[in-house]
Amino acid sequence: MKMSNLAVDICGVKLKNPIIAASGTFGFGEAFTSYMDISRIGAITVTGITLEPRLGNPPPRIAETPSGILNSVGLQNPGINYFLDAELPELRKYDTAIIVNINGNTIDEYCSLARILDSHPIDLIELNISCPNVKEGGLAFGAHPDTVYEVTKAVKANTKKPLIVKLTPNTSDIRETAKAAVEAGCDGLSLINTLLGMAIDIKKRRPILANITGGLSGPAIKPIALRMVWEVAQVVDVPIVGMGGIMDGTDAVEFLLAGATGIGVGTANLVDPTACVDILDELKDYMIENKIEDIRDLIGALRI
Amino acid sequence: MKNSRMCKIISNHSIADNMYLMAIESSIADRARPGQFIHIKLPYDDSLLLRRPISINNVDLDKGVVYIAYQVVGKGTELLSSLESGDHLDILGPLGNGFSISSYVETVAIVGGGCGIAPLRYILDYWKDRSYTAFLGYRDGNSIYQLDDFEKESDNLYLTTDDGSKGEKGVITKVFEREVDMVRPQLIMACGPTPMLKQIQSIANERNIACQISLEERMGCGIGACMVCSCKVKMKDGFEYKKVCTDGPVFLSDEVILDENVQFSC
Ligand SMILES: Cc1cc2nc3c(=O)[nH]c(=O)nc-3n(C[C@H](O)[C@H](O)[C@H](O)COP(=O)(O)OP(=O)(O)OC[C@H]3O[C@@H](n4cnc5c(N)ncnc54)[C@H](O)[C@@H]3O)c2cc1C
Ligand SMILES: Cc1cc2nc3c(=O)[nH]c(=O)nc-3n(C[C@H](O)[C@H](O)[C@H](O)COP(=O)(O)O)c2cc1C
Ligand code: FES
Repeated sequence: MKMSNLAVDICGVKLKNPIIAASGTFGFGEAFTSYMDISRIGAITVTGITLEPRLGNPPPRIAETPSGILNSVGLQNPGINYFLDAELPELRKYDTAIIVNINGNTIDEYCSLARILDSHPIDLIELNISCPNVKEGGLAFGAHPDTVYEVTKAVKANTKKPLIVKLTPNTSDIRETAKAAVEAGCDGLSLINTLLGMAIDIKKRRPILANITGGLSGPAIKPIALRMVWEVAQVVDVPIVGMGGIMDGTDAVEFLLAGATGIGVGTANLVDPTACVDILDELKDYMIENKIEDIRDLIGALRI
Repeated sequence: MKNSRMCKIISNHSIADNMYLMAIESSIADRARPGQFIHIKLPYDDSLLLRRPISINNVDLDKGVVYIAYQVVGKGTELLSSLESGDHLDILGPLGNGFSISSYVETVAIVGGGCGIAPLRYILDYWKDRSYTAFLGYRDGNSIYQLDDFEKESDNLYLTTDDGSKGEKGVITKVFEREVDMVRPQLIMACGPTPMLKQIQSIANERNIACQISLEERMGCGIGACMVCSCKVKMKDGFEYKKVCTDGPVFLSDEVILDENVQFSC
């Protein structure tokens, strides 16, 4: 049989396959190189980057909940300069697209980050306006259509790189924030970021996370993520990177059918260092078994 | 690639109150160093998503077997304790930076509390030609495990239980503080609850003795990618968060800041 086509186009960038390592769960890729060939992944989204280095939140930063995890990392990262000098050249040695997840406290900070990245060899910018674990920025921008519009518009004006806006599920109607981002000129959307949650240790009568609340991810949020990807796909024309609990090839196919062009793999990387390529292989198997020659035939192909 | 991590359980049985010893046949045996850990995926229950980090307790190089000694504290370790020989486990490892002994060091004090004794066991076999004094603290007589091994492999041994049912009554740090100036170790290696480690840290610091401690923190990936397993490491101006999984779990005691609120029962 002919080799199936797995390549997809995300905002004008051609990915060899739709698998995208999700931000914050893949570091800068280096931890995974001894477990798999990371060049096999369509794209890698690096850990959330800020202008200055960030310390992050106190530990414990992770709690297991039924079929899910809560995290409260709080964007610990070495800052944009260190990323560009030390991490990016290493990562560029691999044949995979690079997406930089940017985070700011103010619109100006987001714009500065976009401007700096404009002259560097990265493929896409992901505007994270949905981090639930920081006091400023993050969710403060992502929850309302008007602020989503404002920050997206400003950032878009500062870069020629394709811009993906990462949406939060912690909002009343994700279709509204999605539409606002598209109206402001973004080239693609990624969803969903984590859902705000909490876990309690009844022996100590304390929250498990030092930050008290954290972001829920993993299989526990998959039905919500799938519903949101489907809803958003009905109202926008830009490509969608779907994520939230994708752990295997079946999950990936479900997100494609719901309308996602990219398949974001997050929590699965914490469980299995080979998750991205395992999911890719399962996706290929599915296509062969079902005689699907082009992955694009699956995108949004849900029968209703 | 997926299956190369699958390892066969050779045996799994109780060795003390709530404490189990599992032997796992694995190709990692000859790479494993004392203080490193394996990251275990729990079989049969998808709702328990995260791997569980457990230290290497001992290694049998001839048989290619890795041992872990673990306390049952929650759902994951409960499930582990129910597994039988012949069952398979998906493990990552050996992970992390373990203990190390410089060539000039001859006398070593080993200080362990509760299930913190488990990660110390392999030190004795790995560096056979050192002189060891072991300080071991258990909750009570029924919680004692692997005491024979430590008795056999070390030159001197001090034992305490919280209730005095075996050895001296009290905490092991008291005995350690009383004896340390007599023993005069060149190096201290310790693992146990945070309050215990804090005391060892200050005892070592006051006397300027090199000291390595093994820390615990809740983990995700175990390979340095997700940044959840942080501990405070001193910097010129304050501190920064390092990763217990790849920068540790063994740290020099004078480089870390131990927070009382980050406390584990184990
Ligand atoms: C590097 C390292 C080495 C360890 N070595 C040993 C050992 O040799 N023997 C032993 O008995 N225990 C050891 N532990 C502790 C062991 O990992 C926990 O007891 C175990 O994960 C508890 O899982 P559970 O599902 O039974 O408990 P639950 O409380 O149900 O677990 C819920 C979540 O919290 C995490 N968690 C709970 N307690 C701890 C803890 N103390 N440390 C880290 N994560 C925790 C679990 O991994 C899980 O993700 C070690 C921990 C670390 C970090
Ligand atoms: C430990 C951890 C750290 C994360 N850090 C970031 C981040 O820095 N920026 C971001 O946009 N999303 C971050 N996320 C969210 C993920 O990228 C992803 O959107 C979310 O976890 C849902 O997908 P999943 O269920 O596959 O994990 C993080 C998630 C986890 C679990
Ligand atoms: S557990 Fe992921 S970085 Fe340590």
